[in-house]
Amino acid sequence: MFSNRYIFIYSVVMVVIVAIALTVVAVLLKPKQEYNQRVEKMQNILVSVHVESTTKNAEELFKKYITESLVVNAKGDVIDGINAFDVEMHIENKKKSEDRNLPIFICSAENGQKYYIVPVRGKGLWGPIWGYISFKEDLNTIAGTQFGHKSETPGLGAEINTPGFQNQFIDKTIMNDNGEFVSVMVVKGGAPDSDKHGVDAISGGTITSKALEAMVRDCVKEYTVYFSKIRK
Amino acid sequence: MNTLKLLKAPFNMENPITVQVLGICSALAVTVQMKPAMVMALSVTVVTAFSNLIISLLRNTIPSRIRIIVQLVVIAALVIIVDQILKAYVYDVSQKLSVFVGLIITNCILMGRLEAFAMAQKPWPSLIDGIGNGIGYGLILVLVSFFRELLGSGSIFGHKVIPQLFYNAGYMDNGLMILPPMALITIGTIIWIQRSKNRDLIEK
Repeated sequence: MFSNRYIFIYSVVMVVIVAIALTVVAVLLKPKQEYNQRVEKMQNILVSVHVESTTKNAEELFKKYITESLVVNAKGDVIDGINAFDVEMHIENKKKSEDRNLPIFICSAENGQKYYIVPVRGKGLWGPIWGYISFKEDLNTIAGTQFGHKSETPGLGAEINTPGFQNQFIDKTIMNDNGEFVSVMVVKGGAPDSDKHGVDAISGGTITSKALEAMVRDCVKEYTVYFSKIRK
Repeated sequence: MNTLKLLKAPFNMENPITVQVLGICSALAVTVQMKPAMVMALSVTVVTAFSNLIISLLRNTIPSRIRIIVQLVVIAALVIIVDQILKAYVYDVSQKLSVFVGLIITNCILMGRLEAFAMAQKPWPSLIDGIGNGIGYGLILVLVSFFRELLGSGSIFGHKVIPQLFYNAGYMDNGLMILPPMALITIGTIIWIQRSKNRDLIEK
């Protein structure tokens, strides 16, 4: 039998050794992991303008296509001194609307078109959902979307990151004919092609679909002031 | 028991999934595609091998009153290291495996082998036993994921193998294969085939 004293010392030594080992591993691998996250973000941004990339060429393609990036606030003023790529939406969403930093990425496509890409982030059914939406130069028509999620139900809510769902947003508009912001709605039972502000919701994924609608509306709304400024 | 016999026993007659029925949960979850299944199999093998080795080396110093805690700490530390390495070197796969790497900690194969084998055996046989059980687990994972990916997505290792001609002729991927129930049925079929070949495994 081992004494209590032995058991106590044994556990303390064990825990300290394990803690040191894990710290060393975490510190050594951190730069590599952060790089991977950046590459994933670049890939997601590129998907919203229909550029396919691999983990290897993502950085190169990102530099080629995303020629400009800026940060604005809800009043539509450009804020200097902040790198748009480093703005984390989950932190911004916790701030008050007027304090938020809103990143915009500008993509110059091969056909000479300019696309404005904005990040969106919101709450899904089980966890956060996020994505990127690219707008054509009129800052009204959607050119492409990319959505991601942490833990939506596979086969139902998780369908938001499939091309089938994302491509529905192409050519939808966020402004009505009177120039008012209406965003894009998800419609139960399917939206007709003529509906410029509606996409088909996911069957069985109603809560995720509605959450996505709210996310797109709330996040894009913040940009409307800036958008109307450049439109003029 | 000699080394080879020790290594090969878990492949068939003492297979952790089909005979010991351990680690079923992750076997159902990560077998949709072959690549994540292979990475999972490799991760589990690394963790079983090293946790067996470490526990076996420490076995005479571990106070029996806290032995489960010691085992868990060793397993947890190894799993976190594996998880960090996956995040750094195969990021896309680690996203797919998501929580299941973390859940290796609760994989019954690990605690089972530590309690049943490593606590009472010398380091070398323990290491071999760990590797054997990891591979035995991995074999089933790869087998199941092969059928699920082939029939569910028409591909192997992400490469399309079913020609477009078949699809044009009206063939469709079976969406049910992608869902967990079919993993259970596939494993059940493997158990059935295995037992009909090895009559010793059939309970009286």
